Amino acid sequence: MNPPLATTFLQSESFIYVLYIVAFGLFIQGLRGLSGPTGAVRGNRTAAVGMAIAVVATLLNPGEGNWGLIALGLALGTAVGVPAARNVKMTAMPQMVALFNGVGGGAVALISWVEFRHYGSTYGSHTIHLFGETGSVAITAGGPPTYVAIFSVFAAIVGSISFWGSNIAFGKLQEVIPGRPISFGSAQQGVNAVLLILALAAGIDLVAGAHSELLFIGMLIVAALLGNAVVLPIGGADMPVVISMLNAFTGLSAAATGMALNNPALIVAGMIVGASGTILTNLMATAMNRSIPAIVAGGFGGGGAVEGASGAGEHAGTVRSTTAADAAIQLAYASRVVVVPGYGMAVAQAQHAVRELASELEQRGVDVKYAIHPVAGRMPGHMNVLLAEADVPYDQLKEMDDINPEFQRTDVSLVIGANDVTNPAAHNTPSSPIYGMPILEVDDSRSIIVIKRSMNPGFAGIENELYFDPKTSMLFGDAKSAVSEITAELAQL
Amino acid sequence: MILASVLTTNLAILVLAGFIGFVVISKVPNTLHTPLMSGTNAIHGIVLLGGLLLLGLPGLDGLSKGLLVIAVAFGTINIVGGFLVTDRMLEMFKSKPKPSPKAEVEPEDEEASK
Repeated sequence: MNPPLATTFLQSESFIYVLYIVAFGLFIQGLRGLSGPTGAVRGNRTAAVGMAIAVVATLLNPGEGNWGLIALGLALGTAVGVPAARNVKMTAMPQMVALFNGVGGGAVALISWVEFRHYGSTYGSHTIHLFGETGSVAITAGGPPTYVAIFSVFAAIVGSISFWGSNIAFGKLQEVIPGRPISFGSAQQGVNAVLLILALAAGIDLVAGAHSELLFIGMLIVAALLGNAVVLPIGGADMPVVISMLNAFTGLSAAATGMALNNPALIVAGMIVGASGTILTNLMATAMNRSIPAIVAGGFGGGGAVEGASGAGEHAGTVRSTTAADAAIQLAYASRVVVVPGYGMAVAQAQHAVRELASELEQRGVDVKYAIHPVAGRMPGHMNVLLAEADVPYDQLKEMDDINPEFQRTDVSLVIGANDVTNPAAHNTPSSPIYGMPILEVDDSRSIIVIKRSMNPGFAGIENELYFDPKTSMLFGDAKSAVSEITAELAQL
Repeated sequence: MILASVLTTNLAILVLAGFIGFVVISKVPNTLHTPLMSGTNAIHGIVLLGGLLLLGLPGLDGLSKGLLVIAVAFGTINIVGGFLVTDRMLEMFKSKPKPSPKAEVEPEDEEASK
């Protein structure tokens, strides 16, 4: 039991709270920065400073002890976290985020478990000292108030779901577990419902005063199974949305832990993440043309496949559409951009708009080249003529054989109204009618923006696998107006 | 009565923080979705504080201590890893000092042809 902490520590209690308030400010400011391209780096660092302040403030807490163990935990975490974050490949980022999210959820679940162990032994016989955090809270005999138990149990369930769900998401993205949906088929929803009811029932029993630690562990396990059961049926392409959703879950569970521990730092930071994570999940789902219920029910409905995928063989995946503003940001931060013009540019007479966009990019120090496929457009040299008309310097126009090796070093390929000449099926799909045709290997570049009027197949009448590549985003619209819009957005950056 | 006020104060904080979370993330370009997710992900590593506070409790047995050390380690991984990964992601958005292997001089482009 804690010594009564009252007025003697009031000064430092207030100080700790002030530090927490500073930390909130930094979190909020940091998130604001992260939601725009110019302040993102600073925003992230601002939030990190806020976190450091919150940790230091907590360590100032007069009730703090077990310094050796604290140091051990911090050292272990740093020893694992820093190299993991430093060494992970850029392509493996999403699963790394999933993993970091998972351990956060795991921490919540473990903390709830210890809370239960601690309260379980003192239940009904002790003064409540809500963890020495605030002297003003020490009151009443008879165990912690019910709401503490409710929040603690809630945090345990959600934390456990988040931990296991994130690990499954990691496994799928890392391809340790097959990315395709794994499910019980039509029984899936029923299984999930049963697991959820079991977890809730155990939780209610615990809140009502069941002192069994076994029951608590059982609840954690059921929640773990639920986390597995929810994420396993979801296809790999939807994983980023799922990770974002689990991220929001972990935030909520952290807020619940804060309610149980009467710690405002946890409440505020956890809830901000819970709320912004929910919004973000929604934004991501919208950007991918998916609805969240459809994703969560993915295994059930067998969703995730693209309608109209035919001809070029199976490609499970979704088409990601983008906006002119996003395309502008993507281009502005690239160092090498290759423009791949096609018939669409010719039809829209967009060559002057393209030239303007390129000038704008070059003023920002972006290296711009044009990749000219021999059969781009409807006649050989069609593109060269059009671009020359728009005063594009000739040495920026690259023939297919010259530019193909360069795509690997290209940050963004901007495909304007070209289709079949970029279709990787020519390399990958022997059954495809265009198999063997030489193509511009835009799928080698780090990201691809395709400006196209619709998803209609091109001249050869076949689907373009490129559009389903996760690196590809589609900007639907007339080539000329789309390019002009990007240029306008670029000018505002 | 005091209990009720602690609960209601915290609930007020909870609700207001929720609104802040909604408001802060209003319009985010797609390009920034992943870094933003990663950044918020790092922030919920704040559960570390819960582990730190509980370690200050007297009378913890060995298992509790062990669980808390793991929880602190997990929270630390979440925070440190989360912020570092986000930073690395955002580095890619910075315009790099570009090595220009070819001197492609643009006649009409003063900036590029320095």
